[in-house]
Amino acid sequence: MLLIPCPHCGPRNQEEFAYERTLDSVVRLDDAPDAAVTALYTRANLRGTDHEIWSHLCGQWLRLTRDRMSHAISAVEPL
Amino acid sequence: MREHAGTVPFTFDGKAYAGHPGDTLAAALVAAGVKLVARSFKLHRPRGIMAAGVEEASALVTVGYGAHAEPNVRATDVFLYPGLVATSQNAWPSLRHDIGAVNSLAASLIPAGFYYKTFFGPPSRWMIYEHFIRKAAGLGQPPRVADPDHYAHRSAFCDVLVVGGGPAGLAAALHAAEAGKRVILIEQDIAPGGSLLREAVTIDGAPGDQWAQTMVARIRAAGGRVLLRTTAAGYWDDNFLFAVERRVEPGQPGQGPAQVLWKLRCAEVVLATGTIERPLVFVNNDLPGVMLAGAARALALRHGVAPGRRAVIATSHDDAYRTAFALADLGVEIVAILDSRTAPAGPVIDAARARFAVFADARPLRAIRSRNALAGLDALVAGVRQRFDADCLAMSGGASPVLHLHRQAGGALAYDAARGGFLPGAGRQGNTTIGAAAGIHALASILDQADVVDPLGAATAPAPGPIWRDDVPGKAFVDFQNDVTTGDLALAQREGYTSVEHTKRYTTLGMGTDQGKTGAMVALAQIADLRGVALPEAGLTTFRPPYTPVTMGAFAGPARGDHAAPIRRLPLAAAHDALGALWVPAGAWMRPRAYPEAGESIGQASLREARMVRASVGVVDVSSLGKFEIAGPDALALVAAVCATPMAKLAVGRGRYTVMLREDGMVMDDGTLWRLAEDRWLITSSSGGAARMSRHMTYVADVLLGHPRAAVVDVGEHWAGLAIAGPRSAALLADLIGAPVPSHMGLCHGTIAGAPVRVLAASYSGERAFEVHVPGHLAHAVFAALVDAAQAAGGGVYGLDAMDHLRVEKGHVVIGAEADGRASPADLGMGGMLRKAGGFIGWQGLTRPALADQAGRRQLVGLTSIDGAGICEGAMLVVQQGEEPAGHVTTAAPRVAGQGAIALGLLTDGAARHGEVLLAWSPTRHSMVQVRVGPAVFHDPEGALYHD
Ligand SMILES: [Zn+2]
Repeated sequence: MLLIPCPHCGPRNQEEFAYERTLDSVVRLDDAPDAAVTALYTRANLRGTDHEIWSHLCGQWLRLTRDRMSHAISAVEPL
Repeated sequence: MREHAGTVPFTFDGKAYAGHPGDTLAAALVAAGVKLVARSFKLHRPRGIMAAGVEEASALVTVGYGAHAEPNVRATDVFLYPGLVATSQNAWPSLRHDIGAVNSLAASLIPAGFYYKTFFGPPSRWMIYEHFIRKAAGLGQPPRVADPDHYAHRSAFCDVLVVGGGPAGLAAALHAAEAGKRVILIEQDIAPGGSLLREAVTIDGAPGDQWAQTMVARIRAAGGRVLLRTTAAGYWDDNFLFAVERRVEPGQPGQGPAQVLWKLRCAEVVLATGTIERPLVFVNNDLPGVMLAGAARALALRHGVAPGRRAVIATSHDDAYRTAFALADLGVEIVAILDSRTAPAGPVIDAARARFAVFADARPLRAIRSRNALAGLDALVAGVRQRFDADCLAMSGGASPVLHLHRQAGGALAYDAARGGFLPGAGRQGNTTIGAAAGIHALASILDQADVVDPLGAATAPAPGPIWRDDVPGKAFVDFQNDVTTGDLALAQREGYTSVEHTKRYTTLGMGTDQGKTGAMVALAQIADLRGVALPEAGLTTFRPPYTPVTMGAFAGPARGDHAAPIRRLPLAAAHDALGALWVPAGAWMRPRAYPEAGESIGQASLREARMVRASVGVVDVSSLGKFEIAGPDALALVAAVCATPMAKLAVGRGRYTVMLREDGMVMDDGTLWRLAEDRWLITSSSGGAARMSRHMTYVADVLLGHPRAAVVDVGEHWAGLAIAGPRSAALLADLIGAPVPSHMGLCHGTIAGAPVRVLAASYSGERAFEVHVPGHLAHAVFAALVDAAQAAGGGVYGLDAMDHLRVEKGHVVIGAEADGRASPADLGMGGMLRKAGGFIGWQGLTRPALADQAGRRQLVGLTSIDGAGICEGAMLVVQQGEEPAGHVTTAAPRVAGQGAIALGLLTDGAARHGEVLLAWSPTRHSMVQVRVGPAVFHDPEGALYHD
């Protein structure tokens, strides 16, 4: 159970947050169809640091920098 | 030795006994001379007490009766209370005469991997075998009635969490508490002390158990919290642990919560979890009377119970010698001490030699069974076989540090050859391990500040027992609970299941409720020997939470029954009740399903209500629909991203039907879109999808569009919504607001019964209809006015079922039924509604070839029952019986206008199959109806009724 520091609310239990997706799987409205399909279905899923989008119950969307192995969160920024 | 009879009455398999306060059930049974306690899981072998704590693998019993019964309780981990009822498991007709014990004779027919080998073949064979296996092999039966106990959840925070109330844990907790830190100490036993409860030591002049009590008092006096009878069962990221506190013993009725599940977030975690003793491997090492040396010592020193009359101690290290002294002091004859080392030496050995027969280079080969218990053993002493008579064999094959929590938290391991096992390496979360769990055994080293008197204290690490190489034939167990023998390990190796993970799954090694606490390292040493590799190379399986089994009720806590999830009630719930509403859960909401009159069934009431709408006018509560306002200069951009239909040219005061797509192009939700002002919009969405839509819109705004100059406000709870539908709705509403009503898909504002309302002319029923929005707290008066007016006009209220009948007849799709997450807009006949230029979420997904080319897609159709019989929802659509289904029925309804039955369905290439006759077939509900495929609209296809 992660402890996630929300920039607005401070450190809070993971159960207050909802994971959305990795940053590289965001589909922009003006992405070409091929790029969009790639982002949705064929992602790298590499070991190491990852950028993820989460939301907090307070309504804030967040960008987490998180290690896929250790789960350590090195940065949390509001989106 | 105990001087008086017990005072705590209990029963085991119906026979009455009495034990002493503080006894475990195991200690009381041993004191009463009961040796046979259980039958093993697979082979039904006789089993007795083997351990002294949570690691017990053999002595599983059911405690309590009726609804309070708790199966698979370790007899060593339940403390006596008056009236405790324990029963044996997995034996029929009785523990002594167990028919299943024939499994033991037929053991060669049930080798490792039996399940896998047997179940290759036709599935019908599996069904037969499964029936047999379920009866033959098993654990206790769960009660078949609801658990009457209450369970609570508590959260706590601390600077230092100490797990384990032995000497190391107590010292660490007191040190931290006296330094002013917030401390929580957790101990799974009912008494503090850990290993001190089974050792004859004095600390600061007091016996070990009394010193431990004093330490608890001092920790509490310093502000620390000590939780006894509490097990830390899981250790997750960021120092989050959960622990389960037993407030009453298994099977014991009580006041308040039976268990409390603690959720602990800790700045620092100290693990003082001690060790678990390992068994020795030899034939029949599972016989009742064979037990771990530490367990025999616990019986003697903690409970004053002699585990037998004549005992042999078999060991590979000094620590088990303590057992010889403890048992001898209780009057037990020590027949022999068998030490597997070639030349054991030191003060402890010298002291033992002065009193007992000590044999070096000696180890058991086979335990001898008489009836269902130990009668003696054959041993190998310096290469010569020798027989000893004994009714107790206290064994020790070393000790394994308890690393479960350390490993769950991602900690490293360090192999220690002297111990033949692992010590904790670096903790990944800043956690530390202390005491015996860290490989420090001497009490004087653990308590370096205290005055420790421990004359028998071992200085050296407990060395592992010898490897078993099938020296004599027979079953030598490494996993007592799952009946895994050295022979099974060898078979797994021969058959290619060499890795420890494969061996585990092939033999079920370590997969019991004890998770192989005693035998895992022994088995690993055997596997390493079979493979000819060093132990660390054999690998280690994953330590998974929970450390000991947790009652499911403890996880659920108070979230049971009506408390499992919040129930959302409509603002007008009381008014619906007054009208005789029958409630139905719809997502989180409770909504009126119908308003039956006396003697009416639900179906009759719903059909009457639907026909009332077609004939005159009806009022239905649609307050649970999602409602969102989007306002600001960039509102159009936000709405255009979310909604896939055109809206740029929508005039202020007008609305239109819209759909929202997922990124893969599938329909996510539908609703209506209204332009309230030039840069202010209202979107409605389905009731069930409202929460998802709320999150989706903020995602679009904050993540995709990067905070446009537009605000999204979820106004769903602000407005109550009342739909009024039917040929008389327009006149009725015009009368109430005293002004002309808007044309279809227009809106206006007004007042009803003194309350401000917004009127949206939208319809899902196929009739001229309006949605009246009114602030929730003002809704009662408006509802009353609408219902009064409707009743005066020959109408009334209608519920969810009638609403469903009406929308099916009109061919409106519903999210979750027709739009099931696999349907694109084109599949639902809405392809033409989308913006040609794209630019909405999902436009890229729709360009995928399978969606762009509609061939082979399941498409929305209408279905009419040919003989008028009702169609079954969920039925498959087939050309004839036995063929692959070509689609399925999504929603079924009776005809409202006229007689008969209709349905909507999704059918492969359905748009091109109008006129075809199919079978709507539901084998599970024994329903088969002939249906004719047609367009998905049965009522007013041109929409003429929408216009006044
Ligand atoms: Zn927050």
